[in-house]
Amino acid sequence: MFTTATPPAPPKKVNRIGLEIGTYKGSKSTLCAGCGHNAISERIIEAFYELGVEPHRVAKLSGIGCSSKSPAYFLGSSYGFNAVHGRMPSIATGTMLANRTLVAIGVSGDGDSASIGIGQFVHLMRRNLPVIYIIEDNGVYGLTKGQFSATADIGSKLKTGVVNDLPPIDTCALAIMLGATYVARSFSGDKRQLLALLEGAVVHRGTAMLDVISPCVTFNDHEGSTKSYSYVKDHDEPLADISFVPFFQDITVDYEPGTATEITMHDGSRVILKKFGADYDPTNKVEALRVLTEAHDKGEVVTGLFYVDTKRENFLDQLNVVDEPLATLPESRVRPPKQVLDEVMEELV
Amino acid sequence: MATTHVAAQETETAVEPQRVVNDLSIQVATVNGSGSQTANTVLLRAIFQMGIPVSGKNLFPSNIAGLPTWFTIRASKQGYIARRKEIDFLVAMNPETADEDVRELRPDSAVVYDERLSLNRLRSDLTFYPVPFDQLVAPVCPDAKLRKLVRNMIYDGVLARLLGIEMEEIQKALQKQFRKKAKAAELNWNAVRAGYEFAEKNLQKADRFYLARMDATRGKIIIDGNSAAALGAMFAGVTVVTWYPITPSSSLCETLIEYMKRYRIDPETKKATFAIVQAEDELAAIGMVLGAGWAGARSMTSTSGPGISLMSELVGLGYYAEIPAVIFDIQRVGPSTGLPTRTAQGDILSTAYLSHGDTKHPMLFPCSVEECYTMAIEAFDLAEELQTPIFVMSDLDLGMNNWMADPFPYPEKPMVRGKVLSKEDIERLGHFERYRDIDGDGVGYRTLPGTDHPAAGYFTRGSGHNEKAHYTERPGDYVNNMDRLAHKFEVARRRVPGPVIRETAKPEVGIIAYGTSHWAIVEALDQLQQEYDIDPSYCRLRAFPFSEDVKEFIRRHRRVYVVDQNRDAQMCQLLRLDLDAEDVKKLRSVRHYNGLPLDARSVTDAVVTQEEVK
Repeated sequence: MFTTATPPAPPKKVNRIGLEIGTYKGSKSTLCAGCGHNAISERIIEAFYELGVEPHRVAKLSGIGCSSKSPAYFLGSSYGFNAVHGRMPSIATGTMLANRTLVAIGVSGDGDSASIGIGQFVHLMRRNLPVIYIIEDNGVYGLTKGQFSATADIGSKLKTGVVNDLPPIDTCALAIMLGATYVARSFSGDKRQLLALLEGAVVHRGTAMLDVISPCVTFNDHEGSTKSYSYVKDHDEPLADISFVPFFQDITVDYEPGTATEITMHDGSRVILKKFGADYDPTNKVEALRVLTEAHDKGEVVTGLFYVDTKRENFLDQLNVVDEPLATLPESRVRPPKQVLDEVMEELV
Repeated sequence: MATTHVAAQETETAVEPQRVVNDLSIQVATVNGSGSQTANTVLLRAIFQMGIPVSGKNLFPSNIAGLPTWFTIRASKQGYIARRKEIDFLVAMNPETADEDVRELRPDSAVVYDERLSLNRLRSDLTFYPVPFDQLVAPVCPDAKLRKLVRNMIYDGVLARLLGIEMEEIQKALQKQFRKKAKAAELNWNAVRAGYEFAEKNLQKADRFYLARMDATRGKIIIDGNSAAALGAMFAGVTVVTWYPITPSSSLCETLIEYMKRYRIDPETKKATFAIVQAEDELAAIGMVLGAGWAGARSMTSTSGPGISLMSELVGLGYYAEIPAVIFDIQRVGPSTGLPTRTAQGDILSTAYLSHGDTKHPMLFPCSVEECYTMAIEAFDLAEELQTPIFVMSDLDLGMNNWMADPFPYPEKPMVRGKVLSKEDIERLGHFERYRDIDGDGVGYRTLPGTDHPAAGYFTRGSGHNEKAHYTERPGDYVNNMDRLAHKFEVARRRVPGPVIRETAKPEVGIIAYGTSHWAIVEALDQLQQEYDIDPSYCRLRAFPFSEDVKEFIRRHRRVYVVDQNRDAQMCQLLRLDLDAEDVKKLRSVRHYNGLPLDARSVTDAVVTQEEVK
């Protein structure tokens, strides 16, 4: 079912667990040609392939919208759950409560997370649930044909000429304030940065929230839009040059002392941020919020890893849940013996 | 004071009113937040410990302190534990409601009241017992701040003296209540004694009500339905619990937390074999339940009507995606402010078809605390067996009031985890199709995320999927899937708990009821037979979809009264959808919807009135 007969060919490239990149692909995308979401799916495939994550350990969760369709287009042999609008966070939470050994990747959109799902979004962030949370952010509702979403910038114009006059919700700023422990913004067109950020997210053991600006070629890629390819390319201000070194690679990255920040992740992988300009400390929340606020004022799209905290306990550790999946604990561990019932009954007499 | 029947007695002098022993209802009217709960629980327990069948109902406002609250205790030598409309003994502590409470009493009732209220001015056909509560509490409770809370214990002492409740049993009940707080127990006990001694010295017994030791409660337990359901969930092996606070359901998960902390911590690692999460709302609570159920955990939530409404969309997804879930609905009266703390069977129709599209859900109807426990266990088995959300429809009366019961049985059979394929199963089979009906019961095989086989993974969606769980919008695929789901529901009809039927020799009139109505029905059946010579059969529903036995019961009878604790005869309507036209005509409805637990007299009166029209 998963291997097709092919004529003899040179041995294919495999990752550290012996799987080809094809294993990490999904079904053919039904999104518009050129949609930023497709580029994000490709980076997700690369990240999981390069890190050698076993596909059967991955749970892909999503809500409703163009973005939420995309989990069908990567990691085809993983487990997927396309839920209802705005409720991916609770589905992801339940999944991880049931089986903490899974790697959960939730894919959402700006409507799905910042409007209908904002309640679940903020509460997932504050729990620091171990999950990779991606917002494929294009500022519009695509599946319902182009209404503004809550991440649309002030002054951004729809194809119909309607101008947005409400301030945008900055999901990164929210996530940082609420307790997420790996928060970044990227651009679907920046392959290198997005891949490195995704790889860091995969190895992070807490909530990794990535807001990825992902232009909608059909409804929001025109003159006057602040989420078009050309606008984001012109206004993208990366905080640093980011690279990722997985724990299983013994690579030294050359940089002048004092020109880079190196973050060691839980499994020993490293995220290396080479400075472009002024000093930026990604462990400082206040600094992160300042940068985001100033970017809005200047009309810039700041991208990069804004905030990281590898120390804070995640939700499952806080709940003190056993190491094994709760889902498959045997009856002997989840049904107390008869003596317990007798004891309780005795107290009630 | 007027007396009713005077028993024909040989003595010619003193004419004593006929004694009524172990058959009375006491109503205590207090102000919410005055600590009356302890006094009332102690009273209830003391009567129970005397071996007298007893029940207690707390009629409380949606308020923390200040609004009126009533607690009724019914002692019945016959074992009737439904609410009784008529009050024999009133304890009037609340100035705000005292006048009205007294005016509603039947002649010959008795009133213990706070002296300052001068209630004896209101009527001359009652027995009045004035008690100077403030004067009595001051010496036994020097701390003025605590007096408000201790004051109510005085009426326990007064009633003990007047009704013949044994003081040792009151003391025992107090100790149970204050387990580890010896000081508080002593303080309260002194107040009880002050009341008793005052009554002994100053009150002349002039009513006809007495309590006397029996032997009808030996070995029984007292528990509320929410705690019973929590116990059931723990012994069902629940691992993921998510909830959002709402009256009257909160205590279910709160009690469950206490039990799980005591009994479900792994002895070696000291880690929890469960996760309990207070969600941000009911939408998140059900979302987490579905996520966990999908990943293979036994997961549940508990809520009430408003929460059920909020869960509607995701429950529909659970139905289409076929995910096990257990939802406890502790039903109450309708939306927003007003009567959220009053009981009802208000969510029957909305839950049966909860959500959008074609959806229907199995519901279980516990009538007792024991069934709260056993049906919790059954619900988890059914959810995994049928791969669908299962609702356990309790109500405020059952969930929040204390009930007598026999000790609960330990589950006899092992947990039924349903059709789950392991890695080895798939290796053996060579393939896996999530939604294929291999066994003919409409239930497909599933895999759990994390199963280490390249063919085990699948994609879960709502309406558009074929047997292989692939995306589809083809009309034929959709119809196939919907027909299989309908077939699965027909299979559920045979798997859910069947009705309990008590049939009379000459079946003509039948009564159908469910849930807490049961206790009023058993009493009403006696009233109908003894007072009106009407002898109906009785069918107690325990689940939806209705089994074939329910239809046959209706077929065998000419007139069938369906008792609902809601305005719109919801269960009656649900039955109508299931019956042949000629049987539909047999259904008559008895409805009760004033927020109070159903009483027998209301049922009897409604049946008798309608029986006149044949």
